Formats: sequence, structure tokens, C-alpha cells
Amino acid sequence: MDIDLKQYIGLFVEEAKEHLQSMNDALLNLEKDKDNLSHVNEIFRGSHTLKGMSGTMGFVNMSNLTHQMENVLDEVRNGRISLNEKIIDILFTCFDVLGDMVNYIAAYGQEKESDNSELIEELQKVIRENKPAEPDEQRVEEAVEFDNYVLNIIRKAKAEGLNGYKIQINLSPSCMLKSARAFIIFNLLESVGNIVYSNPSADDIEDEKFDFSFTIAVITSLSKEELLEKLNQVSEIEKIEVELIDVEENANEVINYDKKNTNSSQIISEIKTPKKESSKVGKTVRVDIDRLDNLMNLVSELIIIKTRLEDLSSNSNMKEMEDTLEYLERITTSLHDSVMKVRMVPVERVFNRFPRMVRDLSKELNKKVNFIIHGENTEVDRTVIDEIGDPLIHLIRNSMDHGIEKPEERIKLGKAEEGNLTLKAYPDGNSVVIEISDDGRGIDFERVREKAIEKGIYTMEEMDKLTVNDLKNVLFEPGFSTSENVNEISGRGVGLDVVKNKIESINGSVELETEKNKGTRFTIRIPLTLAIIEALLVKVMDETYAIPISSINEIVLIDKRDIKNLHGQDIILYRGNTIPIVRLDRAMGLESGASMDEYTAVVVKKGNKQAALIVTGLVGQQEIVIKPLGKFLSSNKMFSGATILGNGSISLIINVNSLL
Amino acid sequence: MISEDKNKYVIFKLGSDFYGIDVNNVLSIERVGRITRIPNSPEYVLGLMNLRGDVIPVVDLRLKLRLDTSDINKNTRVIITKENESTVGLLVDSSSEVVEIDKDNIDKPPSSGSDNEILKYIDGIGKSSNRLIILLSLKKILN
Repeated sequence: MDIDLKQYIGLFVEEAKEHLQSMNDALLNLEKDKDNLSHVNEIFRGSHTLKGMSGTMGFVNMSNLTHQMENVLDEVRNGRISLNEKIIDILFTCFDVLGDMVNYIAAYGQEKESDNSELIEELQKVIRENKPAEPDEQRVEEAVEFDNYVLNIIRKAKAEGLNGYKIQINLSPSCMLKSARAFIIFNLLESVGNIVYSNPSADDIEDEKFDFSFTIAVITSLSKEELLEKLNQVSEIEKIEVELIDVEENANEVINYDKKNTNSSQIISEIKTPKKESSKVGKTVRVDIDRLDNLMNLVSELIIIKTRLEDLSSNSNMKEMEDTLEYLERITTSLHDSVMKVRMVPVERVFNRFPRMVRDLSKELNKKVNFIIHGENTEVDRTVIDEIGDPLIHLIRNSMDHGIEKPEERIKLGKAEEGNLTLKAYPDGNSVVIEISDDGRGIDFERVREKAIEKGIYTMEEMDKLTVNDLKNVLFEPGFSTSENVNEISGRGVGLDVVKNKIESINGSVELETEKNKGTRFTIRIPLTLAIIEALLVKVMDETYAIPISSINEIVLIDKRDIKNLHGQDIILYRGNTIPIVRLDRAMGLESGASMDEYTAVVVKKGNKQAALIVTGLVGQQEIVIKPLGKFLSSNKMFSGATILGNGSISLIINVNSLL
Repeated sequence: MISEDKNKYVIFKLGSDFYGIDVNNVLSIERVGRITRIPNSPEYVLGLMNLRGDVIPVVDLRLKLRLDTSDINKNTRVIITKENESTVGLLVDSSSEVVEIDKDNIDKPPSSGSDNEILKYIDGIGKSSNRLIILLSLKKILN
């Protein structure tokens, strides 16, 4: 491949992924509403674009496959092949294969050596099997059978004294710009009446996807002769046939109901504003993430400098200085907000792969599932978005597998045959809430009890003491899964504990509500951003460290006499629990300070574990910008990052997990 | 063709010896600012430095190469380097120039045999205007 093209691979990959996503969406919609031609058109447009893109980039296999897909889709949208499950499945497979190809290109910069001959063969088979043998020339005449919708319009028009005409136009073979010529004719007819039907569709005509002839049905007050006279003004037409549509005669034929060209009025309007979509796209700009990070860094730096200026001015007592600083403060704050907003991405980015997953799973499990997504436009920082995908996949699989019952079972229980699975996102203060709920069988806590004992997580005696709330927590214990049998979908030894860990690692939380035979709801709460957190700054000797507020329970004073020593580990009784004491000065490798009668301790938590961290003093609570420590220091698990304080010095952020 | 025969190196001093690292790995040379100690990290990791809003780990090259330590003075510099996505600052005694060294003027490092720690990190020995310059491999130092 040319060096020149290599620089476009990133762009190619991203655009290809976008197209595949919208094609996937459209196909999912089409599966639900098989007669809706607009979905077919969307998929067609997508594969057409992909064909063009891959062709330009020299990805031959990809362009071959998309070409074959296009052939099938073309037959479908022209009504020559009716859509069935098999075709949809083949198309989904095609999308998957294309997705793999794109990923391969993203990883290696070149196309994988695979010609997908089997898939292409299947696509060709679809055409062969479904297409009635007919010569191509007859195509136009054959298809001119108006459907109910068109006939109704014509009938109504007739009642109002207007006439419906079928106009067949053959352009001269020398015509260079067929679609432009057709456009002139469309315009002309629109000026004297209404176009209610066209074959091929206006879309195809616009794309020059017709030989030289097309058929239009038009309603007008003009007579046949007047119409002919008008049309004869257009040049480069070889032959015009105008025929009055006899509605009564056609009335019997309408049983041959065919929706393919129903939305003629919509099609007509499309030809008038063909580029509506592209104008919308033009309003966004693709920016490299590194540039955004850089911008964010600069803004953080600006905020730090501003804080420093404020410190200086408080000593100077200059009124003008204060006013100016106040203005600076306001500007930096809104600049910071704007930059944060730029980094926000809608959760749609993660959600959009789920409908496909749910579809595949429901086929696999023989369950009927109605999947509903709400609030996909809710925005979170891009640092968060990468982290929530896996936990959500896990929870959705869980609901599909354990929650929603098989159709027979549901009917027996008096529920609708189709189960409901809802994924909902909404912002709530400084966090985003994502709910996954189903109306399935709910969690059977009796089984949870049995299972927990069976797996040796709890003994019988311990179990008897547990409340329902405790049992919920059992579900999140490592190695727990209530699935009857291990299968491909869930229960591979990893369970809800993985979900919980992942969510907690980004300072989020998971809650669970369930009712037998009513359903289960998981509520995930995650911070809007990981780049900025609320933290408590503490002094350890003369060093300053930050502890994320989300992992702090409370701050307590510990009396020296309350500290007990158990096997060399200092412990203390805290709200009925004994929790370990960690002296941060020692943990940080410093000389321990003088023995005191009373210590300040920060009680931190992670999951069910707690510890009291003894600090030298408290500095205060503030929002901090997290800076990663980078690859070089990645082996140091004690700190999750660093932050720059107002005076420009760096403070490390304690990873509470490492101390428990 | 010039670029193949000649290599540019950032030259710095540790004690009385001259060292060099490939200019392509060097982002900038900075004065030493305030450095925050990182507990639980190897001795040669001096700490974190605030470089215009970026947090950069600083390695005391003397300690890493098992040389004697020296105090930070007004000549001390931090060379900000980048190797395979990780940005690290190297604390050196002084640094002032970039020199071009002919491939012909670079000798292979002395074959291992002695236990000298420094040998692990050497790419070669360069000669430039009567000086011997120890050419370090950043990759080997940072791994």
C-alpha cells in the first residue's frame, strides 16, 4: 500500500466502526420490523460506503464482501427478495466478519489474508435461491403494480377531479447525467402535481441506480396531452409514455399488497434534500485524545498558578489585584468546566453494542427478550467509559441467563411471553447512575443460602445469622454463582465479585434489589470523572498525602489506651468491629513520630474491609486533579496517582486497597 | 544518508566522566525543582517532579549506575527522556551540549566480564574532540 494511505488508517478504522455500528443497529431494527424499507436503505448505504472506503484503501477482501452484501441488500430493497431470518443471520455474520477485519486492520495496518469465500458463497446463494429467474429488461415493467397506498391516493384524487397518470420515461442512451435529467423531470412534475410513486425509488434514481428508464405515478389536474407537452420540453428523453391510471380496474389487484414503495411522499422529499445528514456531521470535529489530555493538563496548571497568585495577593492588600484575580478565578473555573465537557462522551458509546449482544443471547438461550435502553445520551468522562463496559456486559448476561425465564415458564407464571430487560442511565449530582433491571424470576435467597454453604463460603451456623441484606453481599463474594449449570453465557467461575471490584476500582458502587418472580435491579453509581476526585489531604510527618473521600468512612480520635496488640498487629474496636491500625508514618518508610496520648485516624474502607490510618494531621478536603504515575512507576501499588497542589508541589494519592 | 552514519547525543557529566544518550530520546533539559519522595520505591527513584503540570518520575542516575552520590547544586540538571511511552527524568551533574558522533568513532562496549554495574547499560563508547563519551542505552536503564 502507498505510504500516503497509511496515515488514513486511523480515520478509516474509526469511520468503518461507526458505519458497522449503525448498520448493526439498523439490522436489529429491521429484524423487529421487517417491512420497514428505511432500515434496509440504511444498511445498504452503510455497506456501500464501506465498499468505497475499503476500495480506496486497497482492502480488496473487505470491498469484495461488502459488494456481495450490497447485491443482496439491493435485491431486498427492490422487493425481489423477501427478508427472512436466514438472510438476517447471514448479514449479522457479515457484520461480525467485517468488524474482525477492521480490528485486524487497526492492529496490523493491513488486511488479513482471508477471502471469506464461504460467506460470499452464502450471500450469492441467497440471491440465487430467492430470485425468480427473469430477464433484466422486464424489471421496470414487472414492478409497476401500485400498492394500496398509491391506489388510495389516486382514488381520493379522482374524487376531487384530479387524474392519476402512470408515466414511463426512457432516457436517451447518450444521456450523461441520468440522475440530473431525472431530477429535472421530477421537479417539473412536482410543479404541476404530486408524485406519489416512483420505480426505481427516488433514492436509486438519485444514485443513478437505474438503466435508462423509470416509472412515475403522478396526480395532476392536467390532461394527458398537456402533461406530454410539458415533458417533451425536457431534452435527452428517448420515449415518454403517459397512461391514465384506471383505479377501478386496479382495485382488484391491490390484494397483492406490497409495502416496498409505501412511503412515496417521503422518498420524494428525500430527493429534494439529499444531503441533510452530512450537514449535521459537519458540526463535529474529531480530536485526538492526547490533545485533549494536554489541554486538560494546561488548564490544571493554570488553576494551580491562579491559586498561587491568590496566596500572593492576600499578602499584598491591593484592591485592584483582588478584583483582577476574582475575574481570573471566574474565567479559569468556566474554562475548566468547558474542557471537562469536551472530554465527556455519551454512554451510548458503550450501550450501542448491547442490543446485538442481547439478540444473540436470546437466540442462544431460546428466550424472548424486549431490550429497552433509556438515557443513552447521558455523558461521562472518557476515563470512566472504558471501565464500565465489562461490568455491564456481565450484568446483562446475568439477567438474560438467570433472571428472565423461558417463554413457557413465563406464560405459566402469568407473565408476558417476552421478558423485559431495561438499561437506563441518568446523571445524579456528581455521579452517573446506570440501572439494569429485568422482570424475571428474581433472586432465590434460599438457593443463595444453600449454595453459599455448599461452596464453603459460610458455615450453616453463620448462615443462620445472616439477614437478607447480608445475603445480597454473599452474591458479590468471589467464586459465587447460582447458575444451575456452567454454560457459555455466565457462571464461568467469575461472578458478581468481578463486577463489584471493577466498579469500586473507579470509585463507584453497586446495589441490588430483587423480588421473587418480579425481577431484579442492579444499580451502578459511578463518578462523572476519574480525572478529578474529592480527596482528604493529610500530613504524615512533614509530607502531604491525599486519600480519596470515596474510600473514607470517617475521621476519629483514638485514645492510646484503646489500641490493643494482637500477634504484632495493632487493632482497635471500631463500631463493634475490630479493625487493624496502620501507622502511615511507618508505612511510608518514615521514622515514627513521638508517642502520643491521642491519635488522629482516618477510617478507610474497601468492600467489607476497614482499617484505621493514623496520620500526623489533617490539611483539609479539596478537589484534586489525578495525574497518573506512568508506566515507569506502575509496579508501585501503594499509590494510585499523584496530584499537584496549589503551591506547585506534588502529593501522592494513597491507594487504600494496598493498605488493607 | 548522513543520518545513518552520524548520531546525535546529548552529553552530560557524572563526576569527571562524560556520558551521552540518543538525542531522539530527549524531550528537554530542566533545572531541578522540588521533588516529592515516593515511599516504597527503589532507592535510585528520587521522586516526582512537577514539569509544567505533568508529574514526572526522576531517577538519580548516579545511584542507578552505582556511582557515588553528590549534592544537588546549581549545575545539576534533569534530562527529561521518553522511551516507549514512559517519560522519566534523569538527574545528572551538568549538561550543556549535543554532539554528533560518527558511527566509525563509536566502539563496542567492553565485553562483560567485570562486574561493573555500569556495563549493563552501555551501548558503546564514543570519541569526540579527544573526549571519551560513554553512550548509555535508555531502554536498558529504564527496564
